[in-house]
Amino acid sequence: MSELEGIYAIWLREFRVYLREKERAISSIVSPLLWLFAFGTGLGASVAIAGVNYQLFIFPGIVAMTLMFTSIFYGMYVIWDRKLDFLKEVLVAPISRRNVFIGKMLGGVTDAMIQVVVLLILAGVLGIPVTPYGALMALPAMLLITVCMTSIGLFFGAVFSSFESFQLVMQFVLWPLFFFSGALFPLDNLPGWLASLTYFDPLTYGVDAMRGVMLGMGKMPLEIDLLVLGIFTLVTIWMGASAFERMGKI
Amino acid sequence: MLAGNNAQMITTSHLTKRFDKLAAVDNLNLNIEEGEVFGLLGPNGAGKTTTINLLITLLKPTSGTATVNGIDVVKNPAQVRKNIGVVFQEPSVDDLLSGKENLEMHAMLYSMPGELRRKRVEEVLELVELTDRKDDWVKTYSGGMRRRLELARGLMHHPKVLFLDEPTLGLDPQTRQHIWKYIARLAKEENMTVVLTTHYMEEADLLCSRIGIMDRGKIVALGTPKKLKHEVGGDVVIIRQDGFDRSCLKGLKLVKKVKVEGDEVFLTVEHAHENLQRLLAAVGKVKSVEVREASLNDVFLKYTGRKYREEEEGAEGGWAERTMHAESQRD
Ligand SMILES: Nc1ncnc2c1ncn2[C@@H]1O[C@H](COP(=O)(O)OP(=O)(O)OP(=O)(O)O)[C@@H](O)[C@H]1O
Ligand SMILES: [Mg+2]
Repeated sequence: MSELEGIYAIWLREFRVYLREKERAISSIVSPLLWLFAFGTGLGASVAIAGVNYQLFIFPGIVAMTLMFTSIFYGMYVIWDRKLDFLKEVLVAPISRRNVFIGKMLGGVTDAMIQVVVLLILAGVLGIPVTPYGALMALPAMLLITVCMTSIGLFFGAVFSSFESFQLVMQFVLWPLFFFSGALFPLDNLPGWLASLTYFDPLTYGVDAMRGVMLGMGKMPLEIDLLVLGIFTLVTIWMGASAFERMGKI
Repeated sequence: MLAGNNAQMITTSHLTKRFDKLAAVDNLNLNIEEGEVFGLLGPNGAGKTTTINLLITLLKPTSGTATVNGIDVVKNPAQVRKNIGVVFQEPSVDDLLSGKENLEMHAMLYSMPGELRRKRVEEVLELVELTDRKDDWVKTYSGGMRRRLELARGLMHHPKVLFLDEPTLGLDPQTRQHIWKYIARLAKEENMTVVLTTHYMEEADLLCSRIGIMDRGKIVALGTPKKLKHEVGGDVVIIRQDGFDRSCLKGLKLVKKVKVEGDEVFLTVEHAHENLQRLLAAVGKVKSVEVREASLNDVFLKYTGRKYREEEEGAEGGWAERTMHAESQRD
């Protein structure tokens, strides 16, 4: 399977670049910590949700957010690659576009997972009571979220050809997905029509799964969460891979 | 028009690419045989890079068809990619990887076996004299060094057809000569077909078995360098003489054209070296004489009608200068 080696080559490149681009890694760890402090500590003192202090309640949400932002940004970075022509070398190579997508996707998943592990360790240090067991149990959900979100990012990266469209994705995809996932507040109090919209948000299931295994506060059974999230993920992988097949030079 | 009866490695038929209104490649019909080193010349914006992008499946034609090694570039791009290698005009090596890492990634993408990979990495690094910088990040390379790495990468996997878009742009003369030798050897020993664009006429003359001159998306002249040079009419003899009188050349058939500028006289002459004596005998006493053999430069000027200048600068400076120059020529 020579294509496997090609996938590995692309993944390796992404991994090396990630390790060498310090700014990217640093900012993606600092920002979730800021959220955790600003929201958690500020609000947490006065607010409790379902008997849990707010900082704890949003922790799975912050993890989901880190995964999501890192993954989508990573994916959209392809626009840059295409502009700066690094990708040209890969696009004329005898590796199928689908596998170019897979290699890139795995690269993004690696970045995001490294960051989340760092975040989990820092959370432990900061005294957020998440057990190693809880963290381990959350792993499948975390993986599915990054695969799903990296694929969405790569999809947009392949479809759009300018960085201005990035803003659009932020406004109309990223923030809505985040806000209606239950990452920051429980979804129970939303009006009916909005509540039903949240069922179309893959992140809802990811957040619910993590909240379930980390805090015992899941609304749906873990299997259902993972199944639905898995289906979303397959769809986004398919979307991303197809977009790569059609992708040309900018 | 084609010399041998080799297989056609590249064919295009009514190949056209439009960007909005502009036809960057305009109804192009071109055949390139296996083993040819084909030179695509033409002023900035002529459509050389666009033609290459169509052939290497990075762009889809607006209309028309093209094949590489018998494979249709639109219907089966994946198969075409298995047959080609490319050195791009614009930089595409990875800044945050070392030179060697860039080459190794290439080898993996092209599934080169381990032994061959090591050998070729060494070989091409040696060729472009980057062996002692191979572990440094490309970020720290000079413009010319990046170009050399780019070229090394393209030469690594010995494809059936190699596309070189201004391969030696901004390289120093020694490196350029190494590269020329290497390309010529590859073409000969591996029967590799090479399509190269260049703005260095010397390079085209030396390397190419055939040349196509492109202007505004069309091929305006096609043939071996020798044939093209012959077509522009011969050598030019420049003499300096006060009070030159045209009538002295009466009856001298070998003089094709006469142009006087001040005390300089430009005579277009067939086989100037052999006929110089007769010519001077007819003209009489001169202050100085210079023989300029017909060059591809003359051919280029004739067909594209714009002035042209080779640049000797580094990659960036040279490129900018060339672009500016071309623009001022257009106005
Ligand atoms: N992506 C694009 N969008 C719009 N116009 C383009 C695009 N790419 C090329 N062109 C136009 O097509 C024409 C041909 O460009 P091309 O790059 O093929 O020229 P070239 O012969 O390679 O020139 P050079 O010697 O400067 O490299 C130019 O007028 C250029 O402006
Ligand atoms: Mg060009």
